[in-house]
Amino acid sequence: MSKKLFLSGNEATAWGAKLSRPHVIAAYPITPQTVVVEKLAEMVSTGSLNAEYLHVESEHSALSAMMGASAIGARTFTATSSQGLVYMAECLHYASGGRFPIVMMNANRSLALPWSIYGDQRDSLSLLDCGWMQVYAEDAQESLDLVIQAYRIAEDVRVLTPVMINLDGFVLTHTYELVMIPDQEDVDAFLPPYANPNIMDLDHPRNLGFSSTPRDNMEFKYQQHMAVLCAKDIIGDVDAAFGERFGRHYGGLVSNYRTDDADCVLITLGSVAGTVRAVVDEMRKDGKAVGLCRLRYVRPFPEAEVAALSATGRTLGVLEKDISFGYEGTVYTNVNSALLKAGHASPVLNFIGGLGGRSITREDIRSIFENLLDAERQRAIDSVRFVNLGVATHGR
Amino acid sequence: MGDEYSIKIRDLTDDEFFFGHKGCGGCGGSLAVRLALKVLGPRTFAVLPAGCMSAVGFIFPQMAFAVNAMISTFPGTASMLSGIAAGAKALGLKEYQVVGFAGDGGTADIGLQALSGAIDRNDPIMYICYDNEAYMNTGIQKSGLTPYGARTTTTPAGQTGAGSRTTKKNMFEIVAAHKIPYAATASVGHVPDLLRKINKAKSVQGTSYIHVLAPCPTGWEYEPSATLEIARNAVASGMWYLAEYENDGFSLNHDPGEFFPLRDYLSAQGRFKHVNSDAIKKIQWERDRQWNKIRRDWKR
Repeated sequence: MSKKLFLSGNEATAWGAKLSRPHVIAAYPITPQTVVVEKLAEMVSTGSLNAEYLHVESEHSALSAMMGASAIGARTFTATSSQGLVYMAECLHYASGGRFPIVMMNANRSLALPWSIYGDQRDSLSLLDCGWMQVYAEDAQESLDLVIQAYRIAEDVRVLTPVMINLDGFVLTHTYELVMIPDQEDVDAFLPPYANPNIMDLDHPRNLGFSSTPRDNMEFKYQQHMAVLCAKDIIGDVDAAFGERFGRHYGGLVSNYRTDDADCVLITLGSVAGTVRAVVDEMRKDGKAVGLCRLRYVRPFPEAEVAALSATGRTLGVLEKDISFGYEGTVYTNVNSALLKAGHASPVLNFIGGLGGRSITREDIRSIFENLLDAERQRAIDSVRFVNLGVATHGR
Repeated sequence: MGDEYSIKIRDLTDDEFFFGHKGCGGCGGSLAVRLALKVLGPRTFAVLPAGCMSAVGFIFPQMAFAVNAMISTFPGTASMLSGIAAGAKALGLKEYQVVGFAGDGGTADIGLQALSGAIDRNDPIMYICYDNEAYMNTGIQKSGLTPYGARTTTTPAGQTGAGSRTTKKNMFEIVAAHKIPYAATASVGHVPDLLRKINKAKSVQGTSYIHVLAPCPTGWEYEPSATLEIARNAVASGMWYLAEYENDGFSLNHDPGEFFPLRDYLSAQGRFKHVNSDAIKKIQWERDRQWNKIRRDWKR
């Protein structure tokens, strides 16, 4: 019987991993992810999860070990955050290039310096080009469900690409909500065992992880790119199949809210979408036609879904906990590219907020929407704006 | 030196598991890999980090390993082995070997953290360091295992330079300090001893480490045909030794007695051509200090 438990985002992620029956788990602590590996250790020690649990000596080793296990046909799970994620950067590229369908949770946290354990999305977004699929959860239930979906997507032979599941540090990793725990039998029926034909095999030895010269190298990279593009359809299919079996689905690459007749739409990702949705409802009551597009996946990028938001006279905003220093938010850059190709002519503004864990309040979001509603008139104003900033923004 | 683990060279399989690679003529490292795989057999998972053996053995589509093999990241030899071992256990595989072949830089410098972790967990893996005493794949740069005085491209010799200013880290004693179940030193110049140690490591429950001195004609600057002679003279001169660590104790497998002249060992290699008598004195002093300890404390 499925059951309901009161869980944090971290605990829900651990439940998702447990239900997916990984063979090998690599664990290295880092705030605010640590609870995930603690919970999994508890599950292994009590026997409710039958997996090899490796106490590795670094995040680099965590992902290196996962690649070794994946290369012989084992399903693998690990989790990290921030400094740990960038410490494993070499292995991130290696795992996607090696086409290892590893699933990893990342607790989005600010990067030093200055040190901060609190949340923003610079850690994962700075690694957008590492070849992994990147998905951002909004709540604990989605976190659990995403782990199960992620294995089915990653292990699809048309994809064979690792997935990074991002949860906002503390705001999502450490807050509690009621979470439906699916039946193990249902998960087993939904998620077949990992069966990759391209593994090291004692009866049919293979050489993997090789080098290739300029004669072949680009073809490998092209195939890697096509596999992630191909995942777009598979993500949608898997989400729909999940919905049929478990009664919950999330809309595939994006999740839209009241966008159809909106004069302006705010595009964002992660847990702040919940606050945005509440503000949309409030402002709709005041007669203001605002809407929300939550990007679930940033890789593969929902290009068609973003392009479909474009409408004559509709202003768009991107709210992200990220900045590419010296330019703008990286999500904004990606969104603008899709909109440009769609011929979008109205203003598109970038709102940088929540860096280093600063709150993004309802008032902040209401102000963002007011900015967007007024944007057509205010074309001269900077397109990149910082939310709730404590220092002057002018005078270089 | 014969015991239950000894293997006669004539009893080695004719099967080859590492061939068709692009290693230099006289490469000591490739000899160590080839011989080790003959002992380990076809049911082997091999991991090689970035380095000479991966650079010469995995150039798509010419794969040089007849066993399962893959390149790891440079720091990730041991951690990838740990993952394979954990996966193999979880998948219920039977009768297999998990072995890593890493150079001196990949072992003593960038890979030390992962190796330490694997030994600490006592993961069931075999780690073989082929020590050619510098980063040879990138063109002969100093590593933590480059000996004092040796010329490399980052420790030049010349009017002001005098080669490497540091001595070799003692990897054998570093791994022993972890209380590893089995560790050994070996040389490609003493093949029966090398084969016995690899065979013995196969039976170890947990982590084993074998440190093989593997001369490199390209980096050490000698004729490719002299690899075995140089390797033997390293042992004869006391610059290397054949030993084992197990059950909390060290043992020496071979005492050369009166040392082969150090000056002759060094002068046969271009990398030491510049060393003066002061440098030789220092090298000899370090050698004698180590051997005094070995002869005093280690079992024979």
